[in-house]
Amino acid sequence: MNLWIWVLVACLLSFATKLLGYLVPAKLMKNRRMSSVAGALTIGLLAALTVVNTVASAQTVVFDARLGALAAAAVALVLRAPFLVVVIVGAVAAALLRQAGWG
Amino acid sequence: MTFLQSPAVRVGLSISVATGLYAISFGALAVASGLTFWQTMVLSLLLFSGGSQFAFVGVIAGGGTGFAAMSAATLLGIRNGVYGIQLNALLEPRRWRKLVMAHLTIDESTATATGQTDAGEQRRGFWTAGVGVFLLWNIFTALGAVIGDAVGDPKQWGLDGAAVAAFLGLLWPRLKAFQPAAIAVVSALVTVLTIPVLPPGLPILAAGLVAGVIGWFQRERIPEGMAPDIEPYPEPYSEHDGEHFKAATPDGGSTHKGRGTQ
Repeated sequence: MNLWIWVLVACLLSFATKLLGYLVPAKLMKNRRMSSVAGALTIGLLAALTVVNTVASAQTVVFDARLGALAAAAVALVLRAPFLVVVIVGAVAAALLRQAGWG
Repeated sequence: MTFLQSPAVRVGLSISVATGLYAISFGALAVASGLTFWQTMVLSLLLFSGGSQFAFVGVIAGGGTGFAAMSAATLLGIRNGVYGIQLNALLEPRRWRKLVMAHLTIDESTATATGQTDAGEQRRGFWTAGVGVFLLWNIFTALGAVIGDAVGDPKQWGLDGAAVAAFLGLLWPRLKAFQPAAIAVVSALVTVLTIPVLPPGLPILAAGLVAGVIGWFQRERIPEGMAPDIEPYPEPYSEHDGEHFKAATPDGGSTHKGRGTQ
């Protein structure tokens, strides 16, 4: 039940963030420093999310089948596979590695 | 010009289909992480921002608190505010349109709109991608949540591997230059080093903070991640979109003349 509160707060803040952008005068958009922070923040968060989903298990760092998924996805991306294919490749790699008895 | 001949509509539709299908894995992962069917649906209907939704579910799956999940989702959604600033200046919506457009402001709708040069095309691109992704995203979230419940342990099907691949796929198009790549590496290091010492979820915020500080002191402009998360073409979208639209115009132009509609 407690999780419902945070689901709804997250939804509210998501919409507020989006709407806030529409309420900002266009002039402030020209600020190079702010767009630089936003760009760096997005990259940092996506990199962190990739790492957490690959090696985190609660508060420990573990190397399991997800590492294989990361490597397989990277290969797919280098080969310019479409996004959906990349996701499927990651899933198949993890599933196969588990089948083989790793992680 | 008919609706489907608009290049912006074509881009919008292809992005909608690709993103929509991807929501199957979100639905399945959300349910596997312990969210109920309706919590999953509320995230897709009301939060409606793929990266943030996966962040929320990812933190919960890692044993993080609801607060940490909400914080990660919110921080990751900050870029939508930046998109809103740009789209507001570009399309100048009024009254209720401003509210609806705000809700539909995501990577895909922003990228489709800002990839166009003509004002009408920008508008069509935004609405096609925005409404299209919204509809398909929610339909396939529901499907994924139902299937995810039926398949049992999602790890057996490699769904956690799918999440890893998805986040790498989201990050990938933003790493075209040295500086963004360097920021990604530093953030990844901060994350690995803080996982053992911080509660689950907070390493993501720590990495975000470090990246934000780097951005603040950066001299060169860092790309804001305007490339779409889902690339409709085999080659990088943001670098070649102009050529695609040029290639599409002669067709549309001749149709105009023939029909005398413009």
